[in-house]
Amino acid sequence: MPTLTAKDFKSDQEVRWCPGCGDHAVLAALQRALPKVSQVLDYAKERYVVVSGIGCSSRLPYYMDTYGFHSIHGRATAISTGIKVANPWLTVWQACGDGDALAIGGNHFIHAIRRNIDINIILFNNQIYGLTKGQYSPTSKFGAITKTSPYGTVEHPFNPGSLVLGSKGTFFARSLDVELALNEEIMTAAAMHDGTSVMEMLTNCVIFNDGAHRELSDPEVKADHTIVLRHGEKMLFGRNKEKGLVYDGRKLRVVHVGEGGFTEEDVLVHDAHTDNIGLHMALADMRGPQYPVALGVIRDVKDITYDDAVRDQVKDVMARSKVHSVDELLRSGSTWEVK
Amino acid sequence: MQHKVIDTKDVVIRFAGDSGDGMQLTGSLFVDTSARFGNGLSTFPDYPAEIRAPHGTVSGVSGFQVHIGSEDVTTPGDFCDMLIAMNPAALKANAKWCKRHAMILVDADAFDEAGMKKAGFKTDNPFEELSVEDRALIIAPITTMTLESLKDSGLDRKAALKCKNMFTLGIACYIYNRPLETVYSALQAKFSKKHAELFAPNRKALEDGFNYAANIQAIPNTYAIEPIKSAKKGTYRNITGNQATAWGLLAASERSGLPLFCGSYPITPATAILEELAIHKSLGAKTLQAEDEIAGICTAIGASFAGNLAVTTTSGPGLSLKSEALGLAVMAELPLVIVDVQRGGPSTGLPTKTEQTDLNQALYGRNGECPIPVIAAHSPANCFFAAYMACKIALEHMTPVILLSEGFLGNGSEPWLIPWVKDLPEIKPPFVSGALSEGERFKPFERDPETMVPKWAVPGMKGFEHRVGGLEKTHAGVLSTDPQNHETMVRERAEKVALISRDLPELVVRGPQSGDLLVIGWGGTYGHIASAIHDLQEEGVAVSYTHFDYINPLPPNTAEVFSAFRKILVCELNSGQFASYLQALYPDKLFRKFGKVQGQPFLVGELVDAIKKEL
Repeated sequence: MPTLTAKDFKSDQEVRWCPGCGDHAVLAALQRALPKVSQVLDYAKERYVVVSGIGCSSRLPYYMDTYGFHSIHGRATAISTGIKVANPWLTVWQACGDGDALAIGGNHFIHAIRRNIDINIILFNNQIYGLTKGQYSPTSKFGAITKTSPYGTVEHPFNPGSLVLGSKGTFFARSLDVELALNEEIMTAAAMHDGTSVMEMLTNCVIFNDGAHRELSDPEVKADHTIVLRHGEKMLFGRNKEKGLVYDGRKLRVVHVGEGGFTEEDVLVHDAHTDNIGLHMALADMRGPQYPVALGVIRDVKDITYDDAVRDQVKDVMARSKVHSVDELLRSGSTWEVK
Repeated sequence: MQHKVIDTKDVVIRFAGDSGDGMQLTGSLFVDTSARFGNGLSTFPDYPAEIRAPHGTVSGVSGFQVHIGSEDVTTPGDFCDMLIAMNPAALKANAKWCKRHAMILVDADAFDEAGMKKAGFKTDNPFEELSVEDRALIIAPITTMTLESLKDSGLDRKAALKCKNMFTLGIACYIYNRPLETVYSALQAKFSKKHAELFAPNRKALEDGFNYAANIQAIPNTYAIEPIKSAKKGTYRNITGNQATAWGLLAASERSGLPLFCGSYPITPATAILEELAIHKSLGAKTLQAEDEIAGICTAIGASFAGNLAVTTTSGPGLSLKSEALGLAVMAELPLVIVDVQRGGPSTGLPTKTEQTDLNQALYGRNGECPIPVIAAHSPANCFFAAYMACKIALEHMTPVILLSEGFLGNGSEPWLIPWVKDLPEIKPPFVSGALSEGERFKPFERDPETMVPKWAVPGMKGFEHRVGGLEKTHAGVLSTDPQNHETMVRERAEKVALISRDLPELVVRGPQSGDLLVIGWGGTYGHIASAIHDLQEEGVAVSYTHFDYINPLPPNTAEVFSAFRKILVCELNSGQFASYLQALYPDKLFRKFGKVQGQPFLVGELVDAIKKEL
């Protein structure tokens, strides 16, 4: 099979996101990740299907030169599920926003995760409704001032990670739009994972919510405000990796290595593959100023996938059943002859 | 007294009891026996929405009416020749359905003070109170005798009481000369998987009921209903509409070579289709019980995009929830079958009752100009062919298709001459063929100029990568807000649906081919209207009848048929939705309406009266 490049995944359509929108970078990372994935897994281009709902980020399928389905608001996850069950040979990627996946599509989102269907969901989280021009979303911070909350919201946001892990998700990763290399890494890991992979991409909406993630993306401070988790590596962060995460028996704590009796030995090693969902939840829940925000693959565990289970059950019943054609079915059970 | 066997052309029996009394089972065993005996038959289960409504109350009464005959039977019958009432409430709820000469069998033991009070009787003579004291009453201590019959069976009192219905069935089998052997085999089949120990006591109760009936004075005569003589040769079975629908979908899957995918959410009275499909994984059917109605249709749309024969099954409220996604399937031009087993509406309405009130929703219930083919099944067994044709139209014309069934059809049953799959019409989806030339892009909405149908390229096909979605596009599949392009695409999508008419069978007119009065029906009213027309024509009345299985588009000779009649009467179980639809399409004709919105099928008698008024 000829080697695919990022260019092979670029469609001839003009990309119409606002200049400076974080979605551009996520698209670029995906177009760079898929050739790698194709090489590692020996996937031909026609195996890819990119599905989306409605919203700015949901325009993504038009910019990918693959099979694509730009569906309706909130329902991308259900469409992806149908595609994957119908033909498990296809590899399904999904783009959806925070409103799309967590408000109108919240039900499909948690149920796909519960079923562990093998699809890859990129959740663009800009904490705002962009396409409808600036209303608060289910991830907007408490008190956020938007067009529909001129006096500030009075509702708590979802943390997508908690929702995924609370639904016993098997794969959850988080990153920022600008972290191109990390995003490629995460997308590749998601592709390798069998089951529902959720990648939360914290994206910047330059028009309606500019700087929402500045604390995490600003080169001046990001080293102190984020921690990149990699399986098998120490949970260290800070400009000079001088800080680390330890577990004090009750909860996670941030310590300075070499201070207060803490050595590098005490710092936790990230285990993305452990069954211990409690620790993964604690990591996904970390928020400033007390904690750094966790980026990277937080959880990646094996479990049976829905599409495999459906296929295996069909095979199994086929092997055991006495009925193998519709003619046999119609004549099974109680019938009588008129001569 | 001399015992007489009276030959009878047909008979209607209504079984009624508490919703936990097993009346549906009793009725279906009676039906099964009669079907194997070779009678024509039609059934009508009439049950409450509650699984176990308050014991002994009128609201908790579950009924099962069966009509058996020595000739073809097209309706479950308006009124019954025999009512079997297991308690006072069942008598109260059903006495009005008894013919003048009807037999009424009641369980005397249930007519105690408490039972009478629960049913709301004011006097101690329920028969007089309901003005049925002059019918042939058989007041039998069914409970006492069932307990007596099973005293050595090892069953406790509670379990023994559950066999009351079999004792009762035994009485009915005696009266109508049904061979008990066929009931035994049906009973054995029911109990073989689970509770094999219950077969023997049920069989004993059945036999003892039969023998009891043979010995009492209250039943001087019995009735014989001969098997149909003119029945076509072949293999038959009894089938419900929902089962037939599921099997029709499976047949279309096999004939088209596409795997069947059904994404659905349980809803009365459509659930049995999903349940039935879930059994048949051996035929490659995949069923996904979705998290909601919307996910039901959206998973189906995804499966269709991926190249499966995709289906979603629902009832009225579910169809409302699916509206937006239906529009998406229209816009993406993907094949999809939506089965709506209609029930009483609006909103939750009358979930277990039947209506034809979703027609407007099926025709118009979407945003934008969004035409969808609508077809309707006309009898329980016809659901098989209707479902098959819904799939054929969807797959060959690249469009969602709505199949309207009805609670009356879904739950009702009739004998069915089983077809062979090879005799069903071919299904040929318009898949892309060959390869594209160098640099050529696949145009997903480029149409066949004859049919206006686009080609189908399925993910996995090399070189045909393309994007579909809800936004308006050009023929090439490129997003476009160009005003002219939009109008062109709207017109072409409508034309694609309208052109299906050419492939549809012509309307058949029963009776004179022209004249003063044409009666029209659609969907599940077929049996009742046909029966009413038959009665009128026997009387010598000049009236004609045509029935629509295809609603949108209409059959090709529709205008021609209409033009041959001076007056047209549309009979339907709503306030005139089909009549209004036809009126808009054929403004020069006047469409008279006869509607009924009671959650109940038509009565043949009321149709005869309504038609006579138009003469």
